[in-house]
Amino acid sequence: MSQHQLPQEFYPLMEELQAVDFVLVELTLYLDTHPNDTAAIQQFNEMAYYRHQLVPQIEQYYGPLQQFGNSYSGYPWNWNQSPWPWQL
Amino acid sequence: MWIYEKKLQYPVRVSTCNPMLARFLIEQYGGADGELSAALRYLNQRYSIPDEVIGLLTDIGTEEFAHLEMIATMVYKLTKDATPDQMKAAGLGDHYVNHDNALFYHNASGVPWTASYIQAKGDPIADLYEDIAAEEKARATYQWIIDMSDDPDLNDGLRFLREREVVHSQRFREAVEILKEERDKKKYF
Repeated sequence: MSQHQLPQEFYPLMEELQAVDFVLVELTLYLDTHPNDTAAIQQFNEMAYYRHQLVPQIEQYYGPLQQFGNSYSGYPWNWNQSPWPWQL
Repeated sequence: MWIYEKKLQYPVRVSTCNPMLARFLIEQYGGADGELSAALRYLNQRYSIPDEVIGLLTDIGTEEFAHLEMIATMVYKLTKDATPDQMKAAGLGDHYVNHDNALFYHNASGVPWTASYIQAKGDPIADLYEDIAAEEKARATYQWIIDMSDDPDLNDGLRFLREREVVHSQRFREAVEILKEERDKKKYF
């Protein structure tokens, strides 16, 4: 199967997203049991904002990260273009 | 509903083709204390747990699916270039005759996954104590796999997963305290 060649710029951006999402999942689980921690909520919202800035930069190289309308498609339809995460 | 994201939660790298390690790792894919059990256990318990804890079970259950994908990626990368002879030498001959190099939900001994690995008791404390125990058992399993693995790249991903079990266990313990507080409050009405 032919795989879409990704430029070098893609890899550090993907690692950055994984790092940002780690902060977000940690804050999410923490806030699930500490719902009144204002500082943590502020941190969460800051990281959520940063994530929104980062995602389009990755998608310009990799195509849609999510489906169901959460990401825009290129032409042709590039959602099912390899590599998938386990093929990277 | 759930939305799939085309990315791993944490980068997965392996140093070499190593079907023996894949065989051990399958324990965390389709074993009793593995990631499939965890995801299905928490997401199923949500419907009868008090509202204070539904968010936590939803989020941890969802994260478990991301871990399941990481384990699958590890197994895939460790076995994708293995020949039938290498599979057989690693003790995966029984697996190979039934599945080729495909993944399947069974444990390290080849026993298929079963719903009897998980429970939903309807009693919130009983369910959360099971969840804490499940996280501790999964943490221990990761440690035993790391102890047997000589692949530093794989171990990096396994250490990440081991630490997540510690965090989940901590959050479930806090959930128990939240429910106990709520219960004690109600006594005074």
